[in-house]
Amino acid sequence: MRMQSATRLALFLLLAPIVLWLALLVILPHVDMFMVSMRERVGIRQYEYSFANYVEFFVEPLYWRTFARTAIMSIIATVMTLLIGFPVSYYIAKMLRGRMKNFLFLLCLVPFWVSELVRTFGWMILLRESGVISNLMQWMGLVSGPVEMLYNDATIMVGFIYTSMLFMVVPLVSTLDSLDDSLVEAGYDLGGNAFTVLRTIIIPHAMPGIVSGCIVVFMLTLGNYLTPVLLGGKDSLWFTEQIYTQFITRFNWEQGAAFGFLLLGLSSLIVWAGLRLSRQTLSQTMG
Amino acid sequence: MFKSTGKMIAGVLLGAGLTMVASQANAETLRLLTWGGYAPDKVVQMFKAETGIDVEVTNSNNEEMISKLRATGGAGFDLAQPSQDRVAGAQSEFDIYKPIDLSKIDATKIIPSMLEGTKKNTTVNGSAYGVPHVWGTSLLAVNTAMAPDVKDYLDLCDPKYTGKISYRLKRPILMAFAFSMGMDPFAAYNDKAKYQDILNKVEAKLIECKPIVKAYWSGADALIALMSSGEVVAAKAWDGTGWKLTAAKPEIKTMAPTSGALGWIDTFVLPKKTQNEAAAYKWINFVMRPEVAAMIVEAAGNFTAAVDGDKFVEEGARKRFQDTFPPEAIDNIKWYPPVPTGLEEMEGKVLDRVQAAK
Repeated sequence: MRMQSATRLALFLLLAPIVLWLALLVILPHVDMFMVSMRERVGIRQYEYSFANYVEFFVEPLYWRTFARTAIMSIIATVMTLLIGFPVSYYIAKMLRGRMKNFLFLLCLVPFWVSELVRTFGWMILLRESGVISNLMQWMGLVSGPVEMLYNDATIMVGFIYTSMLFMVVPLVSTLDSLDDSLVEAGYDLGGNAFTVLRTIIIPHAMPGIVSGCIVVFMLTLGNYLTPVLLGGKDSLWFTEQIYTQFITRFNWEQGAAFGFLLLGLSSLIVWAGLRLSRQTLSQTMG
Repeated sequence: MFKSTGKMIAGVLLGAGLTMVASQANAETLRLLTWGGYAPDKVVQMFKAETGIDVEVTNSNNEEMISKLRATGGAGFDLAQPSQDRVAGAQSEFDIYKPIDLSKIDATKIIPSMLEGTKKNTTVNGSAYGVPHVWGTSLLAVNTAMAPDVKDYLDLCDPKYTGKISYRLKRPILMAFAFSMGMDPFAAYNDKAKYQDILNKVEAKLIECKPIVKAYWSGADALIALMSSGEVVAAKAWDGTGWKLTAAKPEIKTMAPTSGALGWIDTFVLPKKTQNEAAAYKWINFVMRPEVAAMIVEAAGNFTAAVDGDKFVEEGARKRFQDTFPPEAIDNIKWYPPVPTGLEEMEGKVLDRVQAAK
């Protein structure tokens, strides 16, 4: 009996930090934020409870258009990262051995030794009108005048893929590593071509890695702020930017909080739909 | 409800923070919330040598200053420097400042007209909240070799400069375009219907001009990069930034537009929960000394409200100032009056729609 209560106490103490962390730093602020999103400013220092902030989102086309654009571009960025990341991961995990493997893996990591801001500025130096690539192309005689490659959607996309590549490659490499080579050989022995082997053996095995990589990349892209603002220029229009503006430059915390909750809802919904489509569960992919 | 959760979170953070505070408590510090260049390292060191007080500098801008102080109810900093037109509104809405005790400030060191004007514009319920520090304008920076005929804000809409124009998409551009289009937004500050009407016209114009703009700049560094590389030939700029460009490339002229430069004054205000008021007053009196003011002019690129502050400024800077502002241009400066609450929300929606327009 005493023994049991002691273990229970120990368990409680062990859990206390994480429970406190979750309750005080995650759940309570969210509750508080939700309350803020539910009030409406009716006068100086006067507030009323209402859904006005959420209604505002649906009646002002600008906001939901930005919202839709953010979601669609994030999905495209995720798919493109997967398409580029998969062959890379396969090459690292299956075709290479020993030092070369570690070396290439390290190369994927190198850009992350500097902050995101520095990386984005790196892209700006390369792509701007008076930048490295523009000058190189003029020097080679490919173009006659300076070319502006910044400030458009394609540039934002490049920035996203670059920043999130690592988060796709790491889970993919670790799942592909665990794939037994003999299974692939058996596939070929049984008369399968490269495509059938990929479709029936490699992809099903790598599915948890693909899904977890996609979730991480999607969330990172959706919540990104720097890349769209710096590389997108005058047409950037990103939903996080909208939230920042509401909180910081408009002093409209109520609206910003409502937008924050809408973003939270949207991202959860898309991740849920993605899991449904790929017939995976969250515990499988994260476990 | 949120009050109690807020308190709980504050309590937890306080517990974590106490250990850090304890280690710092022995040295006296002044936590200054200011703009880039307003507290150069050299001045901070001189202040430390004279008073023994460390100055912790946080660089920011108007909106962030108000947001930061609002989030803490006016704690976290001992002295802040918002522009004078943004003090009264923020104070009546969020109650984040403390009235300033003018008897503790050496008024003889401050240009009297500026002190009076700032006092008047930052008064809420009979108490003054601000004293002036740095003043400046926003105007045009023009590469005269490549864009010789840009004279006013509306010239930034000339299609022959497509892809070579930049400005900051914040409230000053709305005011600038309104004045350039022959309207007076400041006169309509207290008439919301009329103000909305002005904003609508400006919005239409800004959307029409959007294809001509290369990028909306967001900070002085971005603007300097755009203009000194020649990618942008004309921009709405801060005068300090413009003079930096002129100093580096003489063909870039900093000019007051024909409809008038827009003038601002950055102030000193005490956050409501300032912990070192004495040091704050010491700092204010210290930076108003003419020789210290000159060092700030050099770092910030803008002039200060200190009496004789321009005496010690190097010749080049004074020359650039006089080129930009012949006497009639100074008289034509449109000084920002205090913004009544509610207008910023109207402006915000206009800016959003311009940002979203294709």
